[in-house]
Amino acid sequence: MLHYAYIIPLLPLAGAVLLAFFGKRLGNPLAGWFATLLVAASFVVGVFVFLDLLHRASSNRSFDQTIVTWIPVGGLQIKAALLVDQLSITMVLFVTAVSALIHLYSIGYMHRDPQFSKFFVYLNLFVFSMLILVMADNFVLTFLGWEGVGACSYWLVAFWFDRDSAASAGKKAFIVNRIGDFGFLIAMFLIFSTVGTLSYSGVFGAVGSIGPTTLTAITLLLFLGAVGKSAQIPLFIWLPDAMEGPTPVSALIHAATMVTAGVYLMARVSPLLSHTASSLNVVAIVGLATAFLAATSACAQGDIKRGLAYSTISQLGYMFLAVGTGAYVAAIFLMITHAFYKALLFLGAGSVMHGLHDEQDMSRMGGLRKFMPVTAGTFIVAWLAIAGVPPFSGFFSKGDVLMNAYARSPALYAFGLLTALLTAYYLGRIVFLTFYGPERWRTSGPEEVLPHESPAVMLVPLVILAIGSLAAGVIDLPYANLDYLARWLDPLFGSAERVLTFSTGAKDAFEVADGVVAVTGALLAGGLWLRRWQRPRLTPVFFQRAWWVDWAYDTFIARPSTALANFSAYVFDNEVIDGVVNGTATLVRDSGTRLRRLQTGYVRNYALAIATGAALVLAYVASRVGS
Amino acid sequence: MSLGGPYYLTLAAVLFTIGGVGLLLRRNVLVMFMCVELMLNAVNLTLVTFSRMLNDIGGQSLVFFVLVVAAAEVVVGLGIIVAIFRRRKGATADDLHILKG
Repeated sequence: MLHYAYIIPLLPLAGAVLLAFFGKRLGNPLAGWFATLLVAASFVVGVFVFLDLLHRASSNRSFDQTIVTWIPVGGLQIKAALLVDQLSITMVLFVTAVSALIHLYSIGYMHRDPQFSKFFVYLNLFVFSMLILVMADNFVLTFLGWEGVGACSYWLVAFWFDRDSAASAGKKAFIVNRIGDFGFLIAMFLIFSTVGTLSYSGVFGAVGSIGPTTLTAITLLLFLGAVGKSAQIPLFIWLPDAMEGPTPVSALIHAATMVTAGVYLMARVSPLLSHTASSLNVVAIVGLATAFLAATSACAQGDIKRGLAYSTISQLGYMFLAVGTGAYVAAIFLMITHAFYKALLFLGAGSVMHGLHDEQDMSRMGGLRKFMPVTAGTFIVAWLAIAGVPPFSGFFSKGDVLMNAYARSPALYAFGLLTALLTAYYLGRIVFLTFYGPERWRTSGPEEVLPHESPAVMLVPLVILAIGSLAAGVIDLPYANLDYLARWLDPLFGSAERVLTFSTGAKDAFEVADGVVAVTGALLAGGLWLRRWQRPRLTPVFFQRAWWVDWAYDTFIARPSTALANFSAYVFDNEVIDGVVNGTATLVRDSGTRLRRLQTGYVRNYALAIATGAALVLAYVASRVGS
Repeated sequence: MSLGGPYYLTLAAVLFTIGGVGLLLRRNVLVMFMCVELMLNAVNLTLVTFSRMLNDIGGQSLVFFVLVVAAAEVVVGLGIIVAIFRRRKGATADDLHILKG
């Protein structure tokens, strides 16, 4: 079965190509079902490959499949080759599973959209790019997928491009990502000039020959790429704006594809990262700072999707914190559980918007649990999961991250715990504003709206994801012999992974602390937001605007750049460049006008001129001869 | 008996001057044309004279080139003059100043 691994990315690609040509003919909703089926089939193939891998000895679970030599240039031999190992198949499984559910949901969510089949072309292409990204066996092929998800996110965020805000949000996502891509590219150049190869196995095998400074530079540049893709400080600003896309796109970007790519890359290059302590520190601190900044910002958002977007940024920060503390398994574990509950949160928000005429503002929601019982129930499950209330999946994954943070430094742990409290609080706020309290949608809109529950095709994914959010923790419980994921990934990370030496009692204490913090945050949210829906002192503008970071970029980078561009285009180009060109033309024309008078048309004038000239030449020659 | 080189050279200078003055002063295109021929042949005479004086055959062979070029020039020049005569009554060079820049 292992030899069929290439089918996994091939299926979504085939779907994208076929739908691009025949999507219109298949029509609505058949095109959607077709796309969903292909991604689901990709998941099934992934399961078979996984089972095959499971039957092998744990030291022999890496399989390299060369499809074609892609770029053969002298010493640079880049193959289009897939690497199937514990990490990539783990990614494949949850990416395809969550994507398939999001595809299914989209059939219902997009059923009124005139561009129905085009949407699924992009979705399939998105999944294909992500699968190439995680299954590539070298940096260049990963970069292909990396750019692929960037391009797809641009198309999908700007899917409703006739709206100005959507078009510019798409551009923003793309441009901000380009900054990170530049880091990735430079890192690849550095790797190739140092090691002479770009395949993962080759680079990791030669890690000892890379100088410490170069290694730090490489890892930090790769981290810059990850920062762009995974929306960390300072490049997180594109993600909240990406909410302009259709809600399933947000779910896909946030849960399965795109933003997890950065964390994946960091986990993939763990053999490099583990040799450079300074890079690890940078990763951990940036991750934690992002987690905290985004969590505080999420507390003050009025738009349900923007609140969830900041929540994603915050959770990704946790994952980078885990990577930075050497807890790669914890990062992957959190990524998987996060995929379930974040997809669920976004799809739930989409369901709310679907039933409420595309309303995104939480000040015009409230009391919806009576009208959307399934959406409300699953959304609350997702909330408890992300908050880390035991025994939901987030409790175990976040506990794992925090425990590793404590092993690195208690300060990291303290901030992480504070952020966990905020997480439970801000999502509680979203839950209470949306599903509880007075029914504000009755009075706010000009026309009568009656919320309705979404169709079954949208509710089935919600329920499946809710089960996942509840139970995904079992893949890596913090008890001996139950930590399946850790043992599964152990041969891959090996010595890079931090080994925890806490006693059983200490572990229990950590768990109690996590649980207490989560429940406290949830109760705090309930106490503050269950009865009241407006608390301006708790939602200061500073947090609403995400610490003014976007504003600062706009003021200090975007506006001066625009001013410079305007100066170049309308002053420098018009006056100086065009001035030189027009001046040359004027000079030639004016001198021509004056010189044409010499051409009198009288032959005798010309003859006289020749005679005079000849006389002058003669006189000159004669004078030279004389002297 | 034979005359010395300076006589020939003086004759050539006289012929060249007559040709040059004629070219500048006359208005009839045909006459101007003949003046040009006069100047060319004055130069030819000089070349031959110097050739004899310096015992160098190069001057005489150069004359052949001048003659050939002059013949070709006569063909073109006369062709232009005939064309002008067909369009206009006279052949005054100043009439053609419409060709000015």
